[in-house]
Amino acid sequence: MTTGAGAGHKPRPLVSIRDVSKQFANGTIAVRDVNLDLARGEFVSLLGPSGCGKSTLLRMISGLGEPSRGAIDWPTSAHDAAGHAEPDLGFVFQEPTLMPWATALKNVMLPLTLKGVDKRDAEATSANMLGLVGLKGFEGSYPRELSGGMKMRVSIARALVTRPSILLMDEPFAALDEITRHRLNDDLLKLWWEQRFTAVFVTHSVFESVYLSQRIVVMAARPGRIMADLTVDAPHPRDELFRTSAQYADLCRMASNALGKAMHG
Amino acid sequence: MSDLTASPQTVPQDSGTDAENRPIFVQEDRILGIAKSTWPGILAPIIIGIFALGFWEWIVQYRQIPHYVLPGPWLIAKTLVADWGTLSGSLWITLRITFAALIAAVTVGVALAIVFTQSKWLEMSLFPYAVILQVTPVVSIAPLIIIWVGDINLSLLICAWIVAFFPILSNTILGLNSADHNLVNLFQLYKANRWQTLRYLRLPAAMPYFLGGLKISGGLALIGAVVAEFVAGSGGNASGLAYRILESGYQLRIPRMFAALIMISVTGIAIFLLTSWISHVFLRKWHESAIKREN
Repeated sequence: MTTGAGAGHKPRPLVSIRDVSKQFANGTIAVRDVNLDLARGEFVSLLGPSGCGKSTLLRMISGLGEPSRGAIDWPTSAHDAAGHAEPDLGFVFQEPTLMPWATALKNVMLPLTLKGVDKRDAEATSANMLGLVGLKGFEGSYPRELSGGMKMRVSIARALVTRPSILLMDEPFAALDEITRHRLNDDLLKLWWEQRFTAVFVTHSVFESVYLSQRIVVMAARPGRIMADLTVDAPHPRDELFRTSAQYADLCRMASNALGKAMHG
Repeated sequence: MSDLTASPQTVPQDSGTDAENRPIFVQEDRILGIAKSTWPGILAPIIIGIFALGFWEWIVQYRQIPHYVLPGPWLIAKTLVADWGTLSGSLWITLRITFAALIAAVTVGVALAIVFTQSKWLEMSLFPYAVILQVTPVVSIAPLIIIWVGDINLSLLICAWIVAFFPILSNTILGLNSADHNLVNLFQLYKANRWQTLRYLRLPAAMPYFLGGLKISGGLALIGAVVAEFVAGSGGNASGLAYRILESGYQLRIPRMFAALIMISVTGIAIFLLTSWISHVFLRKWHESAIKREN
């Protein structure tokens, strides 16, 4: 593991975050002076204790909520007439956030429906996407008929159905049990490996961040800021073998130390 | 770290989903298409009702109560059959006003709710007047409406509508505003326009609330139609059940009064069952209220 992966050695980043601060109306400084470049295709985790602004940062990247200061640029994405970037992104919330009145298939179709994609094409694409997250045969199921892990899979399928160049995830597996979380971690890595989107994964779990990411951005709270930028130089694809390896244990210890330093100075 | 390295034993090697953790729903046996557990809820009140009617008939016979004070249920039933011609005509008129008022209440209530949720200014300026309309007793404004409108059927319709529309309006507003906050954000992320957000998110989210309002308004439309007719007190061939009750009172035809009263009650029950059924049809696939879970 090496620290301080410089931003200079890669071509134009997908997202460029420059001196971003966010202050809420009640005066709380959620994020202060964040500088971060996200390269196309990388898997980055934002790791930190609760209140460190990692979710706020993720929401600002998605466009939900403007920074109070600084700028988030998308140098390679399309821009609308007003000059606002229109990145093709997918977002997975902490809860599955499905429409309870719609079947799994209709839920996955939503982004395509909103884009005005032809219904038949949207159905075929969405059914295919459901298959990729392991839910073939559950197209007609309503969310209430699905388990917690399956609902999260539908949510991931919905986020990926537009083939976005970046997938933003806000502690998506925090509410799931350990076994289900491990399976979803594996399946998420497989999807990322196959489809090569940029992944930004917010978590407070050291183990999860090390298992998934190529890079871990460690954040500290009050005010939310970046404390360390770690590279996880273990090769992908990773599997159970990696999860039980000494290398994984070493990496977890280092990330844990970095997090400890961020929390206690 | 030790707990982590121990974990492979507990993690299955296949990459399956956690499909075995899906919630279990109760599949109940049905008798005549009605779930077994619902039958006691149907039979118990019927048995109580039969006992009560028997006691009523017995006390009327035993104490020799004159029928202009309290007619027995058997006499009421006979009157219902004998006067069916007049009474059914009146029932039809009351039903027409009730359903016209309910349809108008649904149309205006839902339309206003949508307009209010699109514009905070309109809601702030107009909602208080909807409340005023609701809290003013319909008996007190019915005479005015009858004078202004002239046409008696239209006046009754307006009165019944005033009573019926508020639950639909307020429930639908609540429903339209109760869409999941994260889903609203998701629609923003995908740059959904107002119409799409309404069509795919707010209207479906409002459905359970609207249907709750519909159940209340169905009964209120009937009450509004009857109360307004009492106030109007107009006679003639084309009068509803309320006028039949007034008329029977004047003429001391108490059995007929009871017969008309029973028809109003049965109509109310039928409207309640109808709106409950509509609600069930719309919600049974997805809403928590329509399912039974195994614990």
